[in-house]
Amino acid sequence: MAGLNKSDMKNPVINWIDTRMPVFTLMQREYGTFPTPKNFNYFWNFGALAMIALMIMIATGIFLAMNYVPNTGLAFDSVQRIMRDVNYGWLLRYVHQNGASMFFIVVYIHIFRGLYYGSYKYPRELLWIIGVLLLLIMMATAFMGYVLPWGQMSYWGATVITNLFSAIPLVGESIVTWLWGGFSVDNPTLNRFFSLHYLLPFVLVGVVFLHIAALHITGSNNPLGIDVKGPQDTVPFHPYYTIKDSVGTCVFLLIFAILVFFFPNFLGDPNNFLPANPLQTPADIVPEWYFLPFYAILRSVPDKLGGVVMMFGSIAVLFVLPWLDTSPVRSARFRPIYRQLIFLLVISVIALGFVGAHKPEGIWVVIGRVATTYYFLHFLVILPILGKLERPRPLPESISRPVIGPGGSGGGPLPGRAPAKPMEKP
Amino acid sequence: MAESSASATVAQHGQPDIVSKRDFLKLTLGAGAAIGVCAIAWPFIDSMNPSRDVLALSSVEVDLTPITEGMGITVVWRGKPIFVRHLTTKEYDEAANTPLNQLIEPIPAADRVKPNHHQWIILIGICTHLGCIPLGNKPTDPRGEWGGWFCPCHGSQYDTVGRVRHGPAPLNLWLPPYAFESDTKIKIG
Repeated sequence: MAGLNKSDMKNPVINWIDTRMPVFTLMQREYGTFPTPKNFNYFWNFGALAMIALMIMIATGIFLAMNYVPNTGLAFDSVQRIMRDVNYGWLLRYVHQNGASMFFIVVYIHIFRGLYYGSYKYPRELLWIIGVLLLLIMMATAFMGYVLPWGQMSYWGATVITNLFSAIPLVGESIVTWLWGGFSVDNPTLNRFFSLHYLLPFVLVGVVFLHIAALHITGSNNPLGIDVKGPQDTVPFHPYYTIKDSVGTCVFLLIFAILVFFFPNFLGDPNNFLPANPLQTPADIVPEWYFLPFYAILRSVPDKLGGVVMMFGSIAVLFVLPWLDTSPVRSARFRPIYRQLIFLLVISVIALGFVGAHKPEGIWVVIGRVATTYYFLHFLVILPILGKLERPRPLPESISRPVIGPGGSGGGPLPGRAPAKPMEKP
Repeated sequence: MAESSASATVAQHGQPDIVSKRDFLKLTLGAGAAIGVCAIAWPFIDSMNPSRDVLALSSVEVDLTPITEGMGITVVWRGKPIFVRHLTTKEYDEAANTPLNQLIEPIPAADRVKPNHHQWIILIGICTHLGCIPLGNKPTDPRGEWGGWFCPCHGSQYDTVGRVRHGPAPLNLWLPPYAFESDTKIKIG
């Protein structure tokens, strides 16, 4: 009987299970004693918050699916029935609808955290790539979910986005017909979108597991961006970060609740209160707010194929970011020029968001083109060059040094899987 | 966790002054969390209960004028078959004259019908054994030895007021809630 786990669990039942299937030991190692840099700020809450948002979306989604009918003749009315007749259906639906927005807010801040503190750099490149993959799956899920209520914006959003693929030379039209399962967005489209909208969140859970598995090999980055040197630099995940994450969770849920109970339709589009009408396009086709920057990039390029390529390119560029940024220093705290440019990037993305919400006329076209140009310039030109030219500020010797001074002791255990590097790179 | 709960146990056994502020906080937090989880779980659980539109379909009216003596019809109420049968005087009297000690679930025939309307028997047409629909509402159906209903699934037999006379069904056919709105009209539900 080789390989039985020697369990430290006190409870005899847990011990018996743990000896045969060491899930409790695993949880204890990965979420209990897991050595975590002791200098996290609240930006490090957002991974846990994203996980909570995903769980809320899955829970409410499963119960909504019990009452939703994926049929063009019945979908809109079934959603109205959920809102009016199903017990607490209004709550489930508003939580799900606004949960998508909360999920994206949290994930965008999580991505900003990664950009600002250089979490994508060695040795966390794969962790970052899995994260970008998560973003893509999440966007696909959100897009298909928005189609399901079968309102005007659902229908025309689906039409516009699926038509993007018609820009592909030669096979474009065939691909679009294949996506639709017909010659326009219709019942077969709605059925497959519902099927995939139910499937993809569970794919997301699986990929999140990979994301965390990769994270627990490299260990977390931290606001200083330097490696953990020893036990004096870490604290155990529990209770230090479970409690810190709990504080963030309370704030997150508070904002979420305000949105759900007081402004449930603030982020929605009034056009989606009208049932889908394939014979009449609404005056303005606007995606949900979380897609606006990408939509703006699409419209800023005066060429059909070019716009589509740039839009997908804006995500694709993130996949290769670990190799575009040539600076070995992670945290923007020690990169005086990068620190300013990252805010320029944030401003250009927010500007693109506003551009996406307006008709492409006059000043909005100009702003959209400038911001799009900066977005790609930032990643493709500035980051590779800046790493060679920028003179970083001196890095602290260790995480503990600025806090408890030289020769300080205390803190948590040494991370077993992420041994301290003997020398920090410049 | 294990250590702190152990110290709490020790504290409960005769040394109450050791109960710390932290123990108090843990217990109140735990109780608050339990209440919170229940409060969050309830909307999810309740959403699976019958919705308003389902409850709105909870009553049906039946016009009795077309049902001649000896005939029965089946109407649907809450998705279930309801037997509405116009008994002949002979059929009712047979049931009324049956001694109660011969019955599996002894209920007088008069309690199975409404006063002054004893020619009308209204039943939920679902066998109390395993939920099949008994035969016998149509005069051409087999009605069993007691002239009422016969369940084709496992051979249960009911008399003319729906009382079980032969197993395996353990109970009489259930009566739906109903009332006579006039002599020729009933409202079920």
